[in-house]
Amino acid sequence: MLEITDLVHSYGSHRVLDGVSIRAAEGELVCVVGPSGCGKSTLLRSVAGLIRPTGGRVLIGGQPVDRIPDNLAVVFQDYSRSLYPWMTAANNVALPLRRRGLDRRRRREAATAALDQVGLADAADKYPWEMSGGMQQRVSIARALAYRPSLLLMDEPFGSVDAQTREDLEDLVLRVCAHHGMTTLLITHDIDESVYVGDRVVVLTRSPARVAADLPVGLGDSRDQIATRQLDAFVRLRAEVGRLVRGGSSTSTVLEKH
Amino acid sequence: MNVIRAVGRLWLVPVTLVVWEVATRAAEQPFFPPPSATLARMGEMWLSGPPAHLLLTEQAMDDFGPSLARLFAGWALAAVLGVAAGIAIGCSPRLSGYLDPLIHLGRAVPPPLLVPFFLALLKLSTPAQLTTIVFGIIWPILLNTIDGTRTVDRQHLETARIFGFSTAQRLTRVIVPAAMPKIFAGLRLALSLALILLIIAEILAGSGGLGYRLLTAQRTYLYTDMWGCLVVLGLLGYLLNSAFLLMERRVLAWHRNARQTT
Amino acid sequence: MEHARVLRGVAGVAGFLAAAEVVGATGLIDDRFLPRMSTILRGAAELLVDQEFLADARASLAAWGLGLLLTVAVSVPAGLALGALPPVERAVRPLIEFLRPIPSVAIIPLAILIFSDNLHLRVAVIVYAASWPIVINTIYALRDVDPLAKETLRSFGFGPMSVLLRVALPSAAPFIATGIRVAAGTAVILVVSAELLAGGAEGIGIYITEAASGNRMDLMLGAALWAGLFGVLSNTALVAVERRLFRWHDVRTGAAR
Ligand SMILES: Nc1ncnc2c1ncn2[C@@H]1O[C@H](COP(=O)(O)OP(=O)(O)O)[C@@H](O)[C@H]1O
Ligand SMILES: [Mg+2]
Repeated sequence: MLEITDLVHSYGSHRVLDGVSIRAAEGELVCVVGPSGCGKSTLLRSVAGLIRPTGGRVLIGGQPVDRIPDNLAVVFQDYSRSLYPWMTAANNVALPLRRRGLDRRRRREAATAALDQVGLADAADKYPWEMSGGMQQRVSIARALAYRPSLLLMDEPFGSVDAQTREDLEDLVLRVCAHHGMTTLLITHDIDESVYVGDRVVVLTRSPARVAADLPVGLGDSRDQIATRQLDAFVRLRAEVGRLVRGGSSTSTVLEKH
Repeated sequence: MNVIRAVGRLWLVPVTLVVWEVATRAAEQPFFPPPSATLARMGEMWLSGPPAHLLLTEQAMDDFGPSLARLFAGWALAAVLGVAAGIAIGCSPRLSGYLDPLIHLGRAVPPPLLVPFFLALLKLSTPAQLTTIVFGIIWPILLNTIDGTRTVDRQHLETARIFGFSTAQRLTRVIVPAAMPKIFAGLRLALSLALILLIIAEILAGSGGLGYRLLTAQRTYLYTDMWGCLVVLGLLGYLLNSAFLLMERRVLAWHRNARQTT
Repeated sequence: MEHARVLRGVAGVAGFLAAAEVVGATGLIDDRFLPRMSTILRGAAELLVDQEFLADARASLAAWGLGLLLTVAVSVPAGLALGALPPVERAVRPLIEFLRPIPSVAIIPLAILIFSDNLHLRVAVIVYAASWPIVINTIYALRDVDPLAKETLRSFGFGPMSVLLRVALPSAAPFIATGIRVAAGTAVILVVSAELLAGGAEGIGIYITEAASGNRMDLMLGAALWAGLFGVLSNTALVAVERRLFRWHDVRTGAAR
């Protein structure tokens, strides 16, 4: 579904991505984790077609990305800027649906349904500034869901909300992505989160970014904030990813001996 | 309660008026009539008409009518031109590169200096007055619109690109609302400037209106009339500004609230 | 980048001049009223050696400079006093709120009665009208001073006066400077307005009135052009001074710009 091959990007002479290759199968949720400033957002922006990478190739559903694909949605990090503050939640969700050729009433229905899915049925007529950060990020997710993309990109979507909200949102994403069978690329710098949410975890090195490891998670489909995080497999994988993010070499050979 | 608070806030106003009244009566200087005389004269000039006309006299119609019409026409014209051009320039760094020096020069030319020129070119006083107002007040609108358009949040623009907004949608749903707070700031500044330029244009290229009345009062030694004009101009400026703020508060409710919460 | 921007600016100005010249050459507009661009530019150049114009420009400049100086001398202390003494500010506020919206040029006819000397007249009008932005900016700036910084100094036993001088004044200075820049622009408008309305012997407004009565549109527009260039230069100079003096100041938006 998503094929990123040898992606290279430099801002001027400053190389940020140095040959990154990532693949995601249909319906898969891939987490990309890496230290702050390593080039994760640059990677996402290349996939979204917001910037033209210096080299390499991105295919979505077999089509090369040369402008912004119409079957893709993005949830940005900063909740305070991801919605338009001059529109209600429902209008924020409904506006992109014009591109889907829906009339006003059907747009409104789709928006209400999407808001309902993220547990905000009552907030349709609220403005972003009348909502908490977590609620605003839910609206962002609802906007992406209503748009029915085949690929969902998220750039540190829970980076600026409190811990409790973050856990709720992680579970929400797991639920809706599975429900819609959406292929999802979720970018994070949080090691725990990447292991908890992902079907696979791709670890990037410090800048310039390369793929340090591509690890299957294998924790099964149903996850629970407390039980899953206590599993041995979870703890081990988290330690492994942690080592890699801090620049250590892979210890998977050691793990395999156990 | 409210009365007490108002007295606590406004006590200096009656005190000033009383001191002014006493001082002017004592000085008996013709240029400085006592405020009571000014007030009485204002009532006589403008508010002694028939009740059917809300007490407005014919002279009130002659003084305020043309002035307000010019003021709002000039302001509206400058708003349309300034906002449209500002959005175009703000959206295109290239265009703004070409026009920047011209805009800065245009803004710096003192508009009163051009009144004689506009008058010679356009022959008629009303077009010359309107041109003076538009030329004088378009700059804050233009510059604020450019600034507002240029500083739209990058994430807001990228969201529009990701979700494939059409050009019209991007303009009307994203760029213009985002720039609106700055545009309004420019429009408000322009409104108070418009009043200044209206007066200067009516004095220099005059044929009726408050500025003209002010000038004739001064030239014909009607100093109470002149003071009446000053007072009413102050009131007008205050009312215009307050009315605009009221409107701004409604239109930009999201902006005020969004700023408070983040 | 900078280079390209300058080139574009030059191209823009050249394009504008050329377009105006072409429109003039088509004869669509009577060139007695709107002279050709080349005629205007020649007129502007001639003004540089025209003794009469130079004397007028000097007179206006003197009134402007003197007025601005006096404005700063009056309004900065007034703003500081009002900003430092909130009860006084609260009492005076309604008066300010009524006086400020009076369109500044409307007081010129009154000033004509009071001042027989043209320089005094212009200076007085400038001081009245250009003080507002400085006073208001100073009040707001003092109100915005970081209370923590003030408290810190107070806790070391400094009195209110030295807190004002050491913390409040420096952190308010950039806003006061912005107010002065706005006032400088207002003062230009008032000088020429006073000259146009009150007449007198010398001043750029007088020069323009005479050029208009002699139907010399080229000289009129040339003089206006020089006035505009002067405005650009003085504004640029003030911005440069602000940048130099307040490099430490992160670019916040002022109360009035
Ligand atoms: N538009 C840009 N121009 C120049 N440098 C940039 C730009 N965007 C990001 N960078 C630089 O590229 C590097 C990677 O940035 P980014 O992709 O945002 O990292 P991350 O999302 O992993 O924190 C950083 O060093 C950043 O300073
Ligand atoms: Mg990032």
